[in-house]
Formats: sequence, C-alpha cells, structure tokens
Amino acid sequence: MQQTVTSPPVRPERRWPPEASILLVLLGLALLFELLGWMFLRQSFLLNEQRLVIMILQVSVIGIIAIGVTQVIITGGIDLSSGSVVALTAMVAASLAQSTDAVHPVYPSLIDLPVVVPVAAGLAVGAAAGLLNGSLIARTSIPPFIATLGVMVSARGLAKWYTRGQPVSLLTDAYANIGSGAVPVVIFLATALIFHIALRYTRYGKFTYAIGSNPHAARVSGINVPRHLLAVYTIAGVLSGLAGIVTSARAESGQAGMGMMYELDAIAAAVIGGASLAGGVGRITGTVIGTLILGVVTSGFTFLRVDAYYQEIVKGGIIVAAVIADQYRRRARDPRAVS
Amino acid sequence: MGAIRARDTRDALDLPRPALTRMHLEAAHVPAGYLLEVRHISKSYPGVAALEDVSVQVGKGTVHALIGENGAGKSTLMKIIAGIVTADAGEVRLAGRTLTLGDPRRALESGIAMIHQELNLMPSMTVAENIWIGREPLKALGMIDHRELHRRTHLLLERLQIDLAPEAEVRSLSIAGRQMVEIAKALSYESQLLIMDEPTSALGEHDTAHLFAIIRELTSQGKAVLYITHRMDELEEIADEVTVLRDGRYIGTERPGNLTREQIIRMMVGRELTQASPHGRAAPGAVRLAARALTLRPHFHDVSFELHAGEILGVAGLIGAGRSKLAEALFGVTPASSGHIWIDGAEVRVDSPGTAVACGMALLTEDRKETGCLLTLDVLENLAIAALNRDFVRFGFVRGPAVTQACADMSRRLRVKTPSLREPIAYLSGGNQQKVLIGRWLLTGPRILILDEPTRGIDVGAKAEIHQLIAQLAAQGAAVLMVSSELPEILAVSHRIMVMQEGAVTGVLERAHADQEKIMALAAH
Repeated sequence: MQQTVTSPPVRPERRWPPEASILLVLLGLALLFELLGWMFLRQSFLLNEQRLVIMILQVSVIGIIAIGVTQVIITGGIDLSSGSVVALTAMVAASLAQSTDAVHPVYPSLIDLPVVVPVAAGLAVGAAAGLLNGSLIARTSIPPFIATLGVMVSARGLAKWYTRGQPVSLLTDAYANIGSGAVPVVIFLATALIFHIALRYTRYGKFTYAIGSNPHAARVSGINVPRHLLAVYTIAGVLSGLAGIVTSARAESGQAGMGMMYELDAIAAAVIGGASLAGGVGRITGTVIGTLILGVVTSGFTFLRVDAYYQEIVKGGIIVAAVIADQYRRRARDPRAVS
Repeated sequence: MGAIRARDTRDALDLPRPALTRMHLEAAHVPAGYLLEVRHISKSYPGVAALEDVSVQVGKGTVHALIGENGAGKSTLMKIIAGIVTADAGEVRLAGRTLTLGDPRRALESGIAMIHQELNLMPSMTVAENIWIGREPLKALGMIDHRELHRRTHLLLERLQIDLAPEAEVRSLSIAGRQMVEIAKALSYESQLLIMDEPTSALGEHDTAHLFAIIRELTSQGKAVLYITHRMDELEEIADEVTVLRDGRYIGTERPGNLTREQIIRMMVGRELTQASPHGRAAPGAVRLAARALTLRPHFHDVSFELHAGEILGVAGLIGAGRSKLAEALFGVTPASSGHIWIDGAEVRVDSPGTAVACGMALLTEDRKETGCLLTLDVLENLAIAALNRDFVRFGFVRGPAVTQACADMSRRLRVKTPSLREPIAYLSGGNQQKVLIGRWLLTGPRILILDEPTRGIDVGAKAEIHQLIAQLAAQGAAVLMVSSELPEILAVSHRIMVMQEGAVTGVLERAHADQEKIMALAAH
C-alpha cells in the first residue's frame, strides 16, 4: 500500500461544464438560421428584437413546465400530465378572474376578485394534480409513466367538464397583466433561478439526484424516498399550474384545449438539455438552453417560412438525437457498460 | 429414448446435429472412457486468480461433484466448461474432442448444458414455449405448430417422469417445478453432460429425491453430470466422485465413500490456521444491540443475539443462509415480520432505513454497485449523502464548505485513491468505491455498524486496510456486525462468531475456540 496518498484536491483541472456542448448547439442553430436568412431572405434572424422577444415568450410556458419536469426526470421518473394540468389550471384560474364585463360568468357572485385569488387557486390545482401523481407513484408500485398518463387523461377531461367545454373569457386587467409584455419571461427565468439553486445547494436537490442515481442506495442511506418523490411531483404540478396561469393570462381566456402536447415539449427541452431518462443526471441550466433550442427551431422555421409540418419533423429528429447523445454520455460514464 | 429423440427433436426440427453424431462415432477412441476432460484451466480476473491450472476428468455415466468454499472457483470452472466465461489457458475436451471455449451456443450444440442457480426462464410463457424457445416446430408461413410443440413436450416430460402440463405458465410453478423445466430444457438439447449449480438449494426432500432419480436415470444412459453442491450429506448419496477446489486450485479427487466429512472439510478449508487475530479481546462494553426471535420467513427465523460496544461479531454461513436478509432486517430495509430489537437497552421498531440511521446504525450493503454507489454522482456527493440526513444542513441549504472539508478529511483518513473529490465514483476501483461507501457511513458517526461482505471483490491491499479500519472502529467503541463468506476474514477480524444455516443460528463461537472446521461443521448440512 502506498503511504504517500495526499489529500485529494476538491476540484480537478477545470472541466467544461456539461452544458457547454448544448450551448454550442444553440449558438450553432442560431447562426445557421442567420446564414440561411441572409442567403434566402436577405434579412437577419438574430438582429430583430421583436422576433427574439416573441421567441422567448413563446417558449416561456414550456420552460416553466420543463423546470418541474427536469426534477421529475432526475429522480428517474416522468410526468405526462403537465399539458392537461395547464388546461385545468387555466380553466379554474380564469373562472375566478372574470371581470364585470363578462356576459355569462362561471360564478356570477365571484367577479372582479383580487388577482391573488385566481393565482392561488391555479397553483392549488397544480399542487393537487402533482400530489395525486406523487401519491400514486410513491404509495403504489405503478410506474410514473402510467400514473401520470392516467392523470393526464383525467385532468383534460376535468378541464372540459368544468364549463362543459365553454371557454372562460373577459378576465380582469390585473390577471391579464401576468401574461403581458415580458412578465412570462421574468417568471420563467426567476423559476429557473430558484430551482437551479434548490438543486445545487439544498438537501432537497442532493436527495433528488441520489434517488434518481440509485433509489435503493438512497433508501439505505436513510432517505425517505416516497416522501421525497411526493415533494418532487408536487413541485412539478405547481409549476404546471403556474404555466396554466401564464397561458390563460396571455390569451385572456381559459380553454380546455390549452397546453396540448406541452408535456412532450417540456420533456424534450429537459432531455435536449442533458437530463437522462435513466435518472440521476440533469440540470436546470441545461433545460433552459434546451427550451431556447426549441424556441430557436420554431422561430427559425417560421422566419424561413418553412411549413409547420417540417418543423415538427425536425423537432422530432432533434429529440431523438439528444437521447442518442445521452446514451453515449452514459456509456462513457460507466466504462463497464461497454465491455 | 433414442427413438423418440430421433423422430421428435432432430428430424422434425432440422437441428444442427453433426457435432453429436460425430462424437458418438469417435467415442470408441476415447481413452479410459472419460466424457469430459478439463485440462490445465487457468483464469484470472483483475487482481484475483480465480482458477490456477485446474484439471478434472468426468467419466461417462457418472455424477461428479465439485465442492469448495464460496469463492473457491467452482462456479467459474462451470462457466468455462459451459462456454459462458473464457479461460485464459487450458482446454476442455468432450468425448475426446477439444471444444471451442467461450461460446455458450457452441457448448450447447456440442452436448453440454448448464442449469443455472438463478433460473433463466420466462415466467409469462408456458412450459413448452420455455423448453423449445428458438427451436419451435413451425407450420407453413412460419406459424408455430402448437399441437406439435405440446406433443413433443409431453413426450419429453413423460420420459423424465416429470409431472407438469406443457401448457402451464412457468410463473404458476413452484421453484422445484421450474427446476424441472430447466432440466427438461437442458435434456431437450440431447446433452451428454449436464452441469448443475446447487440444484437442491431450493428444493425440499421430496423434490430432491425426484431430482436424484432423474439423475440416476440419466447416468444409466451414459450421460454424465457435473454437480456443484454445498451439502455434505448429498455427496455419498448421489456422487460417484468428488473434486475439491480451494482458492482456485485443484486439491484432490476421491470417491465420497473413502472420505469422512471431517476430511472433506479439511480439504475445503485447508489453510494452516496461522492467521492469528490482529487484535486482543476488547473489553466487553455494554450491550449496544440486542435481537430476540427475529423472524422473516423464508429467509431467517428465531434469530437472537447480543452485540456489545467495542465488539466485532462475525456472521458466518453459506450463501443463502439468511445472513444478508438478517442484516437488512436489522436496518429496516426489509423489516422482520416478528421479533424484538433493543438499542442501548431500549426497544426500537426499525421499520425503515431512516429509523435505523436515526438510531445511530449504518449498513454497508453486500452489492456495491446495485445498492451502494450513486454511480452518476461524484465522490463528494457519494460520501456526503447519508450525513446530509442529520448534519451539514441549515434551513434546507447544504453547508457546502463544511461538507467539503469533512469529506476531504474522511477521504484522507480512509486513503481513498481518487484524482479529486469531484471524480465520478464510477471511475474508481472497487476497493476505493468500498472505502467511499464506508466513509459515507463514518460521516454519520454511527455507533452500530452492520457490514455485509465488506471486502467482497476488492484487492488484497485494500482488504487489509479495511480490516484494520474495522478493528480500529471497534476499539473506539463502535459495535460491529460483520457478515462475511470468507472464513479467514471472519476469523481474522471477529471477536465472536455467529454461524447461520438455512435461516437459523446454529452456534456462537468465541474467537479463541473457533476454527474453520468448526465453523464449516455448523454452516454445512
């Protein structure tokens, strides 16, 4: 045995953070659209403030959801219910945010309420949906895919049932302000910052990674795994609820068809951002970049006036490419998996 | 049997048959009638020589038992013969022909079939489908001919006097039933040599007798069986010859009738008992952990013991004796269904690992990779995770500098060899991973340490360091329960030794009065 083992340094030589490669993809895509823009349209893609604002605005809602979904994916789970929870929250929150102008308000006696009421109700609906997801997963042994699939279908149904399919419109100005201007972007970035800190610097974050990395080892280490999963899914539900509030505020109405397929975009953003569906890996910074990549692709294709069909086809390709990259990274991490 | 075989399996199936036929023709030239000759096989894994120059001959129509301690190399040798593991040197000859090693399919086609200890059946498929998987009789258009499949299975099972329905789902069968399906499957390949890895470990008396009847029937037809077992009492009943392996080396081959049980144990254990304990008897402290009548069927039952502060209690026994399950029950991973646990004189209900940690317990699990390491995370995070449950956290925030300092100190104390604390734990060697996992628990300041196979699969140097560490922790007052399958380790480290056999405690020995023979006598059947 060598006796000359020195204390290991805390940090090795500076490594590139894992987000660096995704950031390069984002920049590469942006520059590609810039180049194509000059080639075919003789305009700049990036030097257009309005386009950039719209681009970020469009993906803010996806981004807010993706921050919750990233945490779920880090635990090794999945949340398919986000899009439906957006719709249900939008309906409930909007119904409590109607102004005196509303012709047939959902609750005639509850109009012109202070903005805090619909917001609190929306967040509570999201929390309830998340709590349901979490309880199903933590207390029974059904896989997260199935539990959240069930909640996805039921929440969509509830959203339609709530007003028998009628949209809820004519909302108070205070409520509509939540979705106006750069407010959604601010909410997105503030949420990202909060959960970036939570994942990196709190016990909550350490436990989240530990459970996703090896649930059995986490349990043996004394972590109450079911209770923690409950917390993670509830947080994801609250963030879906927040996304529903922003969506209905932006549209100044609540509609049962809102948030369709948002769950898949959010999962895509997380996976493109480096979260591993096998659990234990993922960062909020990566998810934010992944969200922006989705935004650049959508906005870039619209800019080039490419048909929406092609947009979807390419988006699918990007998601698959991101997962393949994840496989390679995982194999590189565990040398024994190769040989 | 021969007629059935020709009509049903080969001709109908269009199986590759040349290997077998040629061997039968050449069998006349085989000297001394050996069916299987294993010659000078060596195999080493990084840091461990699993087999060194082992040679074994198995005669036609005989049952050849292979015995040895856990880790003696029995399973590795079996796997080499069955083509699952590639040998570094040496050759295997079947009926005089040298086999291509390292190809399980070729071995099967040449007439060698292995029945694994962990059965490899598909539970949701029927008996017939499991037996003939990949070789199903087909109708036109590639459809499976189920009628023919069942008829063929029926004949095969009847021939073996196995009472199972071809269309029964495997999940509905008992362990014994599944074992029978495996045997039928192996024989459906018309194997000349059947390798059985502890086939009776999960069988009751009745099923064991049935299995032996089948084995006798097979040997009467000239087939041979290579049989791994831990059970002394089976040797005389079923084996024609016994070969003993120890530490990867060939010790000897004898007829079971020529050896006493004590002689066999001595051959298995072998070493001179010079590995004196590196420590004196600790001054017996107060009883720190006590258990009474702990039971979790079918794993263990009526286990009672006392563990004192400053004491190392070794738990010896064969694989499957219930030791790991006992460790897990004490720690609340799978709580015992009945019985009592006291810590420092107060009765506690340990219903989850969280409770155990709160009681000052620590569990180093048996399987480093499956239940220990957080493989996607780095050394620092792996060290800190258990301690985060109690210390190092203020208002939910991890006290980064304090944690880093404590982990750096622990890493230095345990001499973990890693480029940095930010190195992914997956890149560390097994010994260093184990040190990190021990460090994880030491950071919680445990008063009771449960160690399950603390040095399995790690190199000699790290092993010695871990042994010293265990002794040091006990000297500082920790109570240590150490499960180990390595008798030298048990004898070198423990103050007292508790021996388990089939879920029950068969004896507790003081270190001064214990030796390997005594332990084996208590552990084996």
